[in-house]
Amino acid sequence: MSEHAASLSRACAAMLRRDLLLAWRRRGDIAMPVLYALIVTTLFPFALGPEDTLLLRIAGGVVLVTVLLAMLLALDAMFASDIEDGSLEQLVLSPQPLAPMLGMKILAHWITTALPLIVISPLMAAMLHLPAAVIPVLMLALLLATPLLSLLGAVLVALTAGTRRSGMLLALMLLPLCVPAVIFAAGAVAAAQQGLPWLAPISWLAAGLVLAVVLAPLACAAALRIALDA
Amino acid sequence: MANWIPLWLHKLSSPPTFYRFAGTLQPWATALALLTGAIALYGGLVLAPADYQQGDAYRIIFIHVPSAWMSMFIYGVMGLASFIALVWRIKLAEVVAMESAPIGAAFTFITLVTGSLWGRPMWGTWWTWDARLTSELVLLFLFLGVIGLYHAFEDRRQGARAAAFLALIGIINVPIVHFSVNWWNTLHQGSTVKVFGPSKMSGDMLWPLLLMMLATKLYYIASLFRRVRTDLLAMENGKDWVRKIAESEADR
Amino acid sequence: MSALHDFLAMGGYAAYVWPAYALFFVVLVADAIAPRARRKRLLRELRARLARQEARQEKHRAPPSSP
Repeated sequence: MSEHAASLSRACAAMLRRDLLLAWRRRGDIAMPVLYALIVTTLFPFALGPEDTLLLRIAGGVVLVTVLLAMLLALDAMFASDIEDGSLEQLVLSPQPLAPMLGMKILAHWITTALPLIVISPLMAAMLHLPAAVIPVLMLALLLATPLLSLLGAVLVALTAGTRRSGMLLALMLLPLCVPAVIFAAGAVAAAQQGLPWLAPISWLAAGLVLAVVLAPLACAAALRIALDA
Repeated sequence: MANWIPLWLHKLSSPPTFYRFAGTLQPWATALALLTGAIALYGGLVLAPADYQQGDAYRIIFIHVPSAWMSMFIYGVMGLASFIALVWRIKLAEVVAMESAPIGAAFTFITLVTGSLWGRPMWGTWWTWDARLTSELVLLFLFLGVIGLYHAFEDRRQGARAAAFLALIGIINVPIVHFSVNWWNTLHQGSTVKVFGPSKMSGDMLWPLLLMMLATKLYYIASLFRRVRTDLLAMENGKDWVRKIAESEADR
Repeated sequence: MSALHDFLAMGGYAAYVWPAYALFFVVLVADAIAPRARRKRLLRELRARLARQEARQEKHRAPPSSP
């Protein structure tokens, strides 16, 4: 039994290493969501006026939505290259259990797309005059919400694998799923900004994340089988 | 295939049998829907008195509430059919699930717009982000997503299974959205608008409402049967029974 | 006549009530008609395809005429 577990963890490590290596080879792509997020953030003062009091009221929400949109753009690419060269089908057919393998792919995708966004989130928040004390809460909320979005998004991307995809369809499917995560993440930031306790919404996010970590890879595997095998 | 499912149900799920079955029932359902609908609307628009608080504007309730109820009901039917389609791979269940989505979207759209038209004179706003309205909007997105995903596949059956999977995910999601928006509204107390109908439903107002609910349900059955029959023709394109129908209709 | 006028005015809320009802009917009529058009088209295409198949079979059965 432990041998089985050992080989599974080796397979997971190998999968993770492979995807990170592939992403590193195209590290220019890692910069895209980051640039996009920064540009969108700078648009808001232009659109709404540079007045500090207004900006700091919307800062938390704007950063959250911007990160979400940036992730949405990058989500499509999660399985795209693997579908094109057939390695995803190979993965489905391989003796390794599919769900943990997909979990590793999702993790790799999160590391390369969401983590950079979380790293620059203090910069985005500062551009919009979010009070410094709130920034740690913002980052914590993003740290919990972004993997949740990656996991949910992965299930949807798997469903559309191999179709004549349009990004709009993915956005339409993903938006309803994002709403609770956005609400709780923004709720935590808003509470922190008003000096109120913010642990409750964070706990909800964490609970949702734990549930997603367990269920989403399984759902993703089922979705992929539907989309590829027919 | 589970052997406790009665034989007639199994027979019914065969496409030509269901085609005939639905074909016989559908005109009756349509006729009854129109009849009950007409009576209900006469009762609601003409017979029922104006509301004490809302005047005649409340009469929107006779289409708004049945539509809202139908949007939820169809969402449930779609979920159940999707589940059956994914677990037992029954073609008819796939078709019922997929063809329910446009009807559900229609009723959801009607609910949102009529609600908005009712809200404007009553509470002074076209829209508010409370739990019920937001969940209804998310439900519309879900129906549209199911329709979109279904049509994105070349293979209809594969598309149906993918869209059925999405429907099930959505089923779980709508209550979650309702819950989280509720929580969020209690956080931001400011803009909560109480959403309700006339203060008390007198008998004169109640019976047209209930009758309209029946009428819309009959309409759904009629529309669903129409759509499912058409879809069965498309799906069973090469089969003999479809060919016979195509030829017999050429003479008309 | 005045009764009809009152009915149409809906106590001053006509601008809200009647568009709501109109939308209700328009959407449901559209929903009822859509499958009909699709069905006609489907059967028409099927008949055309069958006719083409028959024509091809005729050609195979009849001896080819020499040019």
